[in-house]
Amino acid sequence: MSVVPVLILSSALFSFGVYGLLARRNAVMVLLAIELMLNAVNINLIAFESVWGTTNVIGQVFTIFMITVAAAEVGIGLAIVILVFRNRATANLDDFNLMKG
Amino acid sequence: MTAVFGLLAGVIAFTGFRVVTSRNVMHSALYLTGTLGATAGLFILLSAEFVAWVLIMVYIGAVIVLFLFGVMITRAPMGREASLDQEQRGFAAMTAGLLFLLLAGTSIYAFKDTDLVGIGETVDTADLGFALLGRFVLPFEIISFLLLAALVGGIVLARKDLTPLEEEERNAV
Repeated sequence: MSVVPVLILSSALFSFGVYGLLARRNAVMVLLAIELMLNAVNINLIAFESVWGTTNVIGQVFTIFMITVAAAEVGIGLAIVILVFRNRATANLDDFNLMKG
Repeated sequence: MTAVFGLLAGVIAFTGFRVVTSRNVMHSALYLTGTLGATAGLFILLSAEFVAWVLIMVYIGAVIVLFLFGVMITRAPMGREASLDQEQRGFAAMTAGLLFLLLAGTSIYAFKDTDLVGIGETVDTADLGFALLGRFVLPFEIISFLLLAALVGGIVLARKDLTPLEEEERNAV
């Protein structure tokens, strides 16, 4: 089987993530879209590892690193969203204009 | 093989699409569970079993739960909500579509002759462990410190600090 269908699948997933990132208004939904994009990259890494056969595990190592970074990112991101929600009583990104000059 | 991949790809694409188009925040988070579960299945198919279970444990077990808490704490609109999307989502769809065409086009152009090998064979998890604690031990340690720092930072950001008055009251008791 060719690697191309897997790559197209991950491209589609990444594009859905970009759409969600741009189109959503709620901060939690934007974080969900970022998770989709990270997941697409994970699929790409595992697919390219499979191109090299089973003797090579570097793709899996990097996927584990990505999963760790994604977990850290969600923790910090949701903490920031909760903090902003406590101060502004909204999770709507259009209202996050505190630093606007 | 191709049939299983087709099934998993269909589930991933459908649930991934629903994550960004669903009108209900709760449903979006639960659709992401479907995407990640099918992705774990795809990883098993591509002989990355350990990573598949890490994905299930870390993402479905922890990250999705965190998201559901985030949805509930920020009182996101639980029901159907029309104002969940920006007005300019046509531009967003156009950007995403163009990006997909670019990525898919370059993928086909560059890798049309590349085949997957080792499908259905297992990878020894011990090899992964040796790689993590051998060749990649420094990034591994750095990333563990990153995770620690991020979790401490998350606690510091999200905890409620007492005002000086409240602190005095607490000390008085």
